[in-house]
Amino acid sequence: MTSVQTFNVALPALPSGWSAEKDFKAVGTLSGATQRNLEAVGPFFLAHARRKRHGRTFSEDERIQAQQNVKKTEEDDLGEISEPEDNMLLAREAKDWKSQDHYQVLGLTKYRWRATPEQIKRAHRKKVLRHHPDKKAALGDRDENDQFFKCIQKAHEVLSDPVKRRQFDSVDEAAEVEPPSKKEASKNFYKLWRKVFISEGRFSNIQPVPELGDENSTQEEVENFYNFWYNFDSWRTFEYLDEDVPDDNESRDQKRHVEKKNANARRKRKTEDTARLRHLVDDCAAGDERIKKFRKAARADKDKKRLEREAEAKRLLEEKEKARQEEEQRKKDAEEAAKAEREQNKKAKEAAKNAAKKNKRVLKGSVKDVNYFDDAPSAAQVDSVLADVDLVISKIDAEELAGLAGRLTAAGKDGAAVKAVYTEEVQRLVGAGKLKEGEAKFFA
Amino acid sequence: MSSETNGAAERFAIGISFGNSSSSIARLNPEGKAEVIANEEGDRQIPTALSYIDGEEYHGTQAKAQLIRNSQNTVAYFRDYLGKDFKSIDATPCHNSAHPQQHEDTVAFTIRDTTSETPSTVTVSEIATRHLRRLKQSASDYLGKEVNAAVITVPTDFNDAQREALIASANAAGLEVLQLIHEPVAAVLAYDARPEAVVTDKLTVVADLGGTRSDASVIACRGGMYTILATAHDYELGGATLDKIVIDHFAKEFIKKHKTDPRENARGLAKLKLEGEATKRALSLGTNATLSIESLTDGIDYGSTINRTRYELLSGKVFAQFTGLIEQVVKKAGLDVLDIDEVIFAGGTSHTPKIAQLARNIFSEKTAILAPSTFTAAINPSELAPRGAAIQASLIQEFDKEDIEQSIHPVVTATPHLQNAIGVEVTSGDAVDFKALLHVETALPARRLAQFAAPKEGGDVLIRVCEGAREIKVTKPEPKPKEEKTEADEDDSDFSDSDDEEEETREIVWKTEKPIAELAVKGVKAGSKVELMIHVDADLGLQITAREVGGQSAVRGAVEAPKA
Repeated sequence: MTSVQTFNVALPALPSGWSAEKDFKAVGTLSGATQRNLEAVGPFFLAHARRKRHGRTFSEDERIQAQQNVKKTEEDDLGEISEPEDNMLLAREAKDWKSQDHYQVLGLTKYRWRATPEQIKRAHRKKVLRHHPDKKAALGDRDENDQFFKCIQKAHEVLSDPVKRRQFDSVDEAAEVEPPSKKEASKNFYKLWRKVFISEGRFSNIQPVPELGDENSTQEEVENFYNFWYNFDSWRTFEYLDEDVPDDNESRDQKRHVEKKNANARRKRKTEDTARLRHLVDDCAAGDERIKKFRKAARADKDKKRLEREAEAKRLLEEKEKARQEEEQRKKDAEEAAKAEREQNKKAKEAAKNAAKKNKRVLKGSVKDVNYFDDAPSAAQVDSVLADVDLVISKIDAEELAGLAGRLTAAGKDGAAVKAVYTEEVQRLVGAGKLKEGEAKFFA
Repeated sequence: MSSETNGAAERFAIGISFGNSSSSIARLNPEGKAEVIANEEGDRQIPTALSYIDGEEYHGTQAKAQLIRNSQNTVAYFRDYLGKDFKSIDATPCHNSAHPQQHEDTVAFTIRDTTSETPSTVTVSEIATRHLRRLKQSASDYLGKEVNAAVITVPTDFNDAQREALIASANAAGLEVLQLIHEPVAAVLAYDARPEAVVTDKLTVVADLGGTRSDASVIACRGGMYTILATAHDYELGGATLDKIVIDHFAKEFIKKHKTDPRENARGLAKLKLEGEATKRALSLGTNATLSIESLTDGIDYGSTINRTRYELLSGKVFAQFTGLIEQVVKKAGLDVLDIDEVIFAGGTSHTPKIAQLARNIFSEKTAILAPSTFTAAINPSELAPRGAAIQASLIQEFDKEDIEQSIHPVVTATPHLQNAIGVEVTSGDAVDFKALLHVETALPARRLAQFAAPKEGGDVLIRVCEGAREIKVTKPEPKPKEEKTEADEDDSDFSDSDDEEEETREIVWKTEKPIAELAVKGVKAGSKVELMIHVDADLGLQITAREVGGQSAVRGAVEAPKA
């Protein structure tokens, strides 16, 4: 804001004859300006910088700043407290303060545990202004009843002391949010449970409390949420429900007894509360679709893996079997081939044997056919011829035998030719070193 | 200010004045008053010194005390070496401590800062980082919250390399440098942020008299915005010069008695320096001060006193140098001492009463001399810079980094300033007078509101807006020379003035130079007032509005910007 400079000097009177359109006359212009660097310091410079950067004029900038300031105060006013007071409330007796709803007395039921100390202070002030006994007297109210004022004072006493306020908040039933039934939760799970956990979260020593989230929350978020609630660290206490401890020295035993009873009751309530909360979280977890979803996903994942593994095993087994079968087949084939060959060999051998027999018969027959190279062969000659034939046969192999037999067959019944064939053969055998000279007596 | 709380809210900023001889830290307290923070030893002016013994770091006063026994491992007076190369530094202040050396392209010190026997070379940037880290730690301990940002004051002649080096050192110490501001401007801000201060247009001289150097600057304050018009520096003049006078005085006395010169012994000199400085400080407060040193030299204990008159006699020449610096800067700005509305004394040496008294004699009696000896409500001169920095820190700590950068960008800071004052012609008695609404060197765009009395009988009035020029009228002494006063300022006729033997009286006279516009406000009631608003654009165009206070109709008009 620009301050107004005030000059205590008079302006000159308008000279006669001065006139101008709209009473204004531009006479000249300003002489030049020097460029200098401003020091970037101080609130007025910052205002200048703001104007320059946003291209605002003085009045615009002032208006915008003023608007911002107004907005701030409005936001402050938003927390203004005004709730109707019913007659039941106004008729309360201060002595029943234990059962009184302090937030209701101060008109803060909208906020309850969320009310800031500042709000409580202002609410109290407002109530006091309205219900102060002096004010009532000034209004001509003859009624001496200041019970409600005392209630207000008591409420303020409790709520302005952080310890007492926690004690009251711990047992503030009006702030409790009942967990939804299964049927309700099935329709509107997140909305209903969220409220419950926000309400329960006020007891947490650890702030901020993780949110319930929604169906799109990640597994980590959900796990984090349930871990938090299963390990909930609560400051909830139950001192507020204590029985009054008699405050006279007379009955010390009685006092101790009550104190003990209170301590036990508190412990019991705390345990119950912990159990209740656990149960509540269990219920929520049981109805939580996300957990099921994640579990299903995990299972599907696992199944997938298992199936893959099984398929792989099966495949391996099959391959092995196949290999084994192939191997068997191969063996079998080889065996069969060997057998066939053996049989063939046998047959061939037999054939050869038969052939050899036949040829031997041819050999022996040939000498017989030519009547042992004599018309009336002597027994000795027959023997010597046969002995020689046998000798040839024993010294000769199958092929030569066949050849010899052929030649002998060709010689037929011609004794000389047969003898020549034999002689040639013996000579060949002698030449080949298979027969000694002179060993064959007849065919020498 | 703005209500952004994203990210920037985690900033916790303080103001730091990082001086060559001592540093200070400050922060705005919850009541909105800037408060200089004492370190763990209770010092508000923390000596800029670091000392090492067996790897242990000593800081501030403790380190300064080490100058006697452990001078080789004590680093002091290093601020001015930041960001400079070895060739351009003046190593004289470090005569008595670790000597600066060339190290690559910066300055470094060779000190034994670890437990090992071999000394290590530590650059001046690293030393500055360690110093700032200690300052940050002190502030964090005091405030109970981790400090992570700062506004740091620098002399007006700090160049870009020095600024960068300082910012780098601060960043290494874990401090985000929100802004570097000039020391004299911080001092003006510290005064202007007082709740009782009103924003006026004024010309201020800031005399920053430090430990090893002195600076003076002329600053135009126009509608709460500051423009430095001129600066002057004296790198040799400072508290150390005055210390030397005290030391020499005592040394001479000692020689007279004991026939040895304690200054020849390094340790003796260090002791004398330390105690001499304390004695000089005591002389700023009391008229007598003692000095006592055990085993000054050759095991002789020495004790003596000095009174202020003696001290002031001895230091006369040096004091004249200080005032000379102030006169020099006024001249450099092309101004006259009569133009100066305010002289702010900053820096530790400003505690010396005589300097402020001498300045009092230079300036006219309507000039306010803001020093402890001349102005009872003066702020401690040593605390001006940190306070100003703390105020600036509180103003910008919620801004985004980008916001700050944009705000201090030359596009924003470079602005046209008026060459001539703009004002209105008024009648005082019969004569026509000139009242300046916008003074010379007002940053544009600017807007001023003023109220004038209407003529007694009412009727139509003429407002003639024109440029004015001030002239210095010199009149030879008349029987009654001190009567004319042009400005309706508060009357503080100082009796000391009558002692001055001035031959002539000098005063400021305003003259209308060039008429700009004329307005007529008609039918003004008798005894009422006329309100005038002048708005000058950055291109020198004017919008003028005049109306009777409480009146309905207004006279409006615009004057076009001059053709370039």
